[in-house]
Amino acid sequence: MENKTTKQEWPLWEVFIRSKAGLDHKHAGSLHAADAQMAIENARDVYTRRMEGVSIWVVESNYIHTSEPDQSAALFEPANDKIYRHPTFYDLPDELKHM
Amino acid sequence: MADNALIIGHRLSEWCGHGPILEQDIALTNMSLDHLGQARSLYQYAADLYNTLPAEQKNILFTSTALQTKVSAAQALQEDDLAFLRDAWDFKNVLLVEQPNKDWAYTIARSFFYDAFNYLYYTALLKSNDATIVAIAQKSLKEVTYHLRWSSEWVIRLGDGTSQSHDKIQQAINDLWAFTGELFIPSAADEMALADGYGVAIDDLKTAWLKKVNAIITEATLQVPHATWMQQGGKVGTHSEHLGYVLAELQFMQRAYPNMQW
Repeated sequence: MENKTTKQEWPLWEVFIRSKAGLDHKHAGSLHAADAQMAIENARDVYTRRMEGVSIWVVESNYIHTSEPDQSAALFEPANDKIYRHPTFYDLPDELKHM
Repeated sequence: MADNALIIGHRLSEWCGHGPILEQDIALTNMSLDHLGQARSLYQYAADLYNTLPAEQKNILFTSTALQTKVSAAQALQEDDLAFLRDAWDFKNVLLVEQPNKDWAYTIARSFFYDAFNYLYYTALLKSNDATIVAIAQKSLKEVTYHLRWSSEWVIRLGDGTSQSHDKIQQAINDLWAFTGELFIPSAADEMALADGYGVAIDDLKTAWLKKVNAIITEATLQVPHATWMQQGGKVGTHSEHLGYVLAELQFMQRAYPNMQW
């Protein structure tokens, strides 16, 4: 008999890992877990057991909204010919090392 | 301690490839390797100490033939010898850790009881007067803290989950309860270690253990089992039949092909 009140599959979660203090959290992958606590622990076991991280974020995949692939032309291609938006037209002082 | 760590580590490793989902399969094997790492540290230290003993004490401590063959050839023992060359009666692990995995609920309940004990035990060992033991306790405590968090959450999740998961974890808690008393009964070795200042008053840990276990079981909407007859014997080498099967699998390669490496 179909059980309508219990989900048979645990929801999917997206995992973001900060590899060291000061860096951004980066998307590491996804996994299944029953709740947020378990998702963090699963992420710890799946994605940080080789010292990959010092901090974990998880978010249920349901709550991630994405841009539409079929609109990518309208969204992204207009930027292609606007090279003046790149900061390459400035004269930098010699003292400035890391630009 | 080393035997406890090796045997529970082996039990958890039996889940490898059989976990209910990939993520928990990895979680269990991670923890299995934590236990194995603790066992290695302790066996290394135990082997070093054993090698310094006078011959008659070496013979009394362990009587397994394979081990004694090596000892009587005047060979120094190493960690692997203690793991692979002793028979069941020379293992001093508590009965709790050798109990079979049976199902997920049993595995969780067994780990929960053991982790709660281990956490208190290693915490108390930080005050040992033996620097090596303190160093092992410091390293292990980080792992054990996570183990206890993980197994506590699973007890709560199963107890406060569906009626089926509730019943299964309650059954596991009831059935394994009889193996928890032994954790707090000091063996002759425990008493000697305490008297010499490197051990722990193991019976003093019981109050804190009961408090932690009661709190989690209550939060999980489960019942703490009534006081019952407590099994014991593991600490003096009197084991359930399960340990023999564990050792058969664990030791087969070294017994069949002595000194093999891979």
